[in-house]
Amino acid sequence: MSSELSKNLVSFRLSSTSGVPAYLQIVQQVEHALRMGALGPGDRLPTVKEVVAEIALNPNTVLKAYRELEVRGLVEGKQGVGTFVLARPTGPPPGTQERLSRSLQAWVRKARSEGLDDSAIEALVRSALSPATSSAQGAA
Amino acid sequence: MSRAAQTGDVPAVETVGLGKRYGQTWGLQDCSVQVPKGAISALLGPNGSGKTTLLRMVAGFATASAGSARVLGRPPAQNEEFLASVGYLAQEMPLYRRLNVAEHLELGRRLNPRWDDGPARGRLTALQVPFDRPVATLSGGQHAQVALALAVAKSPEVLLLDEPVAALDPLARAEFLASLATAAAGTGLTVLLSSHLLRDVEQVCDHVVLLASSRVQLCSDTETLVSSHKVLIGPRRGPSECERSFEVVRATHTERQSRLLVRGPGPALGPSWEVLEPDLEEIVLAYMGQDRDSRSLAAGPLSLVVATPGGAR
Repeated sequence: MSSELSKNLVSFRLSSTSGVPAYLQIVQQVEHALRMGALGPGDRLPTVKEVVAEIALNPNTVLKAYRELEVRGLVEGKQGVGTFVLARPTGPPPGTQERLSRSLQAWVRKARSEGLDDSAIEALVRSALSPATSSAQGAA
Repeated sequence: MSRAAQTGDVPAVETVGLGKRYGQTWGLQDCSVQVPKGAISALLGPNGSGKTTLLRMVAGFATASAGSARVLGRPPAQNEEFLASVGYLAQEMPLYRRLNVAEHLELGRRLNPRWDDGPARGRLTALQVPFDRPVATLSGGQHAQVALALAVAKSPEVLLLDEPVAALDPLARAEFLASLATAAAGTGLTVLLSSHLLRDVEQVCDHVVLLASSRVQLCSDTETLVSSHKVLIGPRRGPSECERSFEVVRATHTERQSRLLVRGPGPALGPSWEVLEPDLEEIVLAYMGQDRDSRSLAAGPLSLVVATPGGAR
């Protein structure tokens, strides 16, 4: 059986080559799920046991990630009950990311159809993000 | 109770000057390690570095030629109380080939005073391991899962595993380590598992013991290990100049550049130096390499008869 339906609201995956510590990858994935609206206030995060059963990780690493999310004010651990989402990270309302992501995907399709490869696309994105470009546009 | 809160008291495993001699050669020498309670510790080292010897002495299956070992403050012994608190899984993971999983669980229940196979049964069921077929017909991954389930159901406080994932394919390895992490989550179980490859077990471990040439090279929790080392890249310096300023674990020099893995603090460096955080594998490989370098210098012609760390990448 290769497709599984997890009873949890989110599932984590780890990259061992990204150079980002495992606990931070979990923090980032929870924040991402919050921004995308996949998780909202009141939702329960998977228990440490559920996480490590799925992705073979040291239980302390998961605890550390959840503590970090608590420090950031995003979740609250309730003794013996679980870890619950308190708030969304500050930023634009949910759905914004998804909407922008859709238009970016359309843009990427267009760029590819006009013959740009991935590294050329990345170079364009990087230059658009660079401070010089954005301030120039702000001044215009 | 959090696992970290338990680390203040007696270590789960502690050895002092532990040694084992086989005839003329030492299989393990002057071995002093401490594994805190609740840790999942990777016992690393090339083949022949003494990992199995250490595990067998800690488990009470081999007697020490020198020094001492303690598990939860007690010396290893072949008595019921000690054996109930320690689980040991040998590399070949022996099971009764003709018995099925249900029969193994029944046997375990009758033989062990603290038997609790509820979680283990749940995990085996989730992994779709058949309970009614002789274990000889199971896959390698399923066989390992059954052996682990039995070792965990014994409810040990310390679990010793000898190269448990070396023979498993990547999927079976991930599933095995997930089962191990699940067994440890929230229970305070201490695990010491040997491997000749850090990468195989890195995700589940928060503590590392490195053996090489029958001696301890490193023993530390992974967080401290990473934060206490730095990689420095900058203009080439002579070796002696590096050693005066820093505790250098490994130095690589090119014609123009020096790349140093250093331990602990050192003097502030100029802007021509880049300071990076090493990853765990880089540190472990540096200590393995350090051992090899010192051996080839010291041993001279005798190095021909010393096993080379063939398992290291």
